[in-house]
Amino acid sequence: MPNGNGTIINMQGIHKVYDTGKVKVDALKGIDLKIQRGTFAAIIGPSGSGKSTLMNILGCLDVPTDGVYEFNGERVDGLHHNRLAEIRNEQVGFVFQNFNLLPYATALENVELPLIFKGVPTKKRRERAVELLEKVGLGERVSHLAIELSGGEMQRVSIARALANNPSLILADEPTGNLDTKSGRAIIELFEELWQKGHTILIITHDPNIPQRTERVIHIKDGQLTENGNGAH
Amino acid sequence: MASVTFLSQMFRDMRSQKLRTLLTMFGIIWGTSAVILLLSFGEGIHMNQRKSVHGLGEYIVIMWGGRTSQDFQGLPRNREIRFKEEDAALLQTVPHMKAVSAEYGQGGVKARVGKVDKLVRISACWPVFAEIRNLIPQEGSRFINDEDMKYRRRVVFLGTELAEELFPGQDAVGQYIHLNGVPFQVIGVMKQKEQDSSYNSRDTRMTFIPSTTFKTMFGREYLNNIVFKADEPKNVPQVISGVYEALGAKYKFAPDDKEALSMWDTSEMETFFNAFFGGFRIFLGVIGAFTLIVGGIGISNIMNVVVEERTKEIGIKMALGAKKRFVRTQFVLETLLLVTIGGLIGFLFSYAVISLFPLLHFEEYVGIPRMSFSVSVAAISILGLIGLVAGYFPARRASDLNPVEALRL
Ligand SMILES: Nc1ncnc2c1ncn2[C@@H]1O[C@H](COP(=O)(O)OP(=O)(O)OP(=O)(O)O)[C@@H](O)[C@H]1O
Ligand SMILES: [Mg+2]
Repeated sequence: MPNGNGTIINMQGIHKVYDTGKVKVDALKGIDLKIQRGTFAAIIGPSGSGKSTLMNILGCLDVPTDGVYEFNGERVDGLHHNRLAEIRNEQVGFVFQNFNLLPYATALENVELPLIFKGVPTKKRRERAVELLEKVGLGERVSHLAIELSGGEMQRVSIARALANNPSLILADEPTGNLDTKSGRAIIELFEELWQKGHTILIITHDPNIPQRTERVIHIKDGQLTENGNGAH
Repeated sequence: MASVTFLSQMFRDMRSQKLRTLLTMFGIIWGTSAVILLLSFGEGIHMNQRKSVHGLGEYIVIMWGGRTSQDFQGLPRNREIRFKEEDAALLQTVPHMKAVSAEYGQGGVKARVGKVDKLVRISACWPVFAEIRNLIPQEGSRFINDEDMKYRRRVVFLGTELAEELFPGQDAVGQYIHLNGVPFQVIGVMKQKEQDSSYNSRDTRMTFIPSTTFKTMFGREYLNNIVFKADEPKNVPQVISGVYEALGAKYKFAPDDKEALSMWDTSEMETFFNAFFGGFRIFLGVIGAFTLIVGGIGISNIMNVVVEERTKEIGIKMALGAKKRFVRTQFVLETLLLVTIGGLIGFLFSYAVISLFPLLHFEEYVGIPRMSFSVSVAAISILGLIGLVAGYFPARRASDLNPVEALRL
């Protein structure tokens, strides 16, 4: 599904209110966002501006308080949690700043997780996971436990995991935030490679180098989009 | 989803929590062992008790004469009622009567073998007495038979202990013993039995001879007592009233004159013990069940902590597309597995204790503990239920976590 044209993300008037009981936080205040298939975009903005909140909603990990969200042509605001889980499993790949790997599982087992939830049979699953780990340059680390890997390697595992079910959207929340410059650069190069193969990739970042490489930059401030750099809508 | 994958995943998750898993299991092992051991020992004690009661005979009635307490058909009260051997024969016609035996008794009889003298008690009875009173002959020996009765043979059946004392280390059968100077041939020795209750002395120290021989020797007219047995335990009361009617008609006393005959109905004792041990078993069962429930609460608590500690893991799985159902199933199964393994170990442990216990030779006091089918079924059902309940709540909590919140940790 990575290739092809058309709109993958279409958000209108998305609001997110965190109601903690005492205070209500307006994290997103009416986001309108349209992203075409095959886009490589960076989302930048100050801390607390709502980047992670936006990403969680984009990835169907969280639901908006208000607004309309169409993902791959399907209305996903207000869907049943089981269907949301399916969408996350098959159409979205997450890459987190702190990797979010199961520490006591091997690299292979970590990559297998989304395949397990999809119900891919053991043999196919194993083959696929090995193939992905090779693709991110970890062919030698297949049976290492996650905690035995370096930060850069962990992030590669999580990228392999994100790619497991060949999702139409890859979301990365500060993927280089915990890495040194060199491994950070390598990760970004990996994303570029994936983009060139046709994946749609959104990266939240504080790294000033990344927006220079993406075709589109989305600025967010105080829960609102301020400008969309580099044109292409 | 392939369940093998699911299980291997689960084992991996549990392996990373060895100590906790072990501690959790210990509660269940303890609970299971407590239930099974309590109930098994209870059962053993009951059986032991029952065997001792049955040492005298199962639901038998021992009847002595008495004194009338009512005027009847012009006859005054306070007449003594005594029976003869023919009365025992008469009672055989009472409906639901299974067996009746007359019994004469004579204590202080001198028994001599070679140079050894002993004072013993003679019970003189009918062949059927053995069946009524559970006197089982040892291998290669027998009780009094009809021929002995008919020919008034001087034959004797010995209690286990007495035979051992009179003929130490020898086979008593076929040897002779003098009772008040009269030679009797030993035809049988009683098999060892448990006996708690008795009238006169315990069977293991008695000599039994044919009633016909006794009558000739001692010239007695009246019996000491009659023993009888109904065809079924539930018919005992009916047989007793039948006996009152039959003897009342013969000796002219009112069938409801309880004092005219004196009876010991051993089935009453058994009914009492059955009720007592029934209550005892319920008591033990309740204690055991509560122990298990406490174990279950412990597990539930620990699983709750486990959920807390594994919130992150749950968040990751959900982000990757695990449905609530998957998370819930995993936690319920983990708990069930803990309970099952714990239960199994508890079972094996109890089984070992129960198997090895007889080696300690305490059976005289507490019997031999036995693991009954119903005990096992009860323990398994309670365990299963506890596993499900203990697992369900933490599992529900886990699956209701908000994935975003779970990941933020
Ligand atoms: N679960 C929550 N409950 C309450 N308030 C929240 C919650 N999550 C986020 N917020 C608030 O919503 C706002 C946006 O948070 P968000 O995490 O999206 O910011 P961010 O742009 O990702 O910041 P950072 O760059 O520091 O990661 C912040 O004010 C934050 O305090
Ligand atoms: Mg953030």
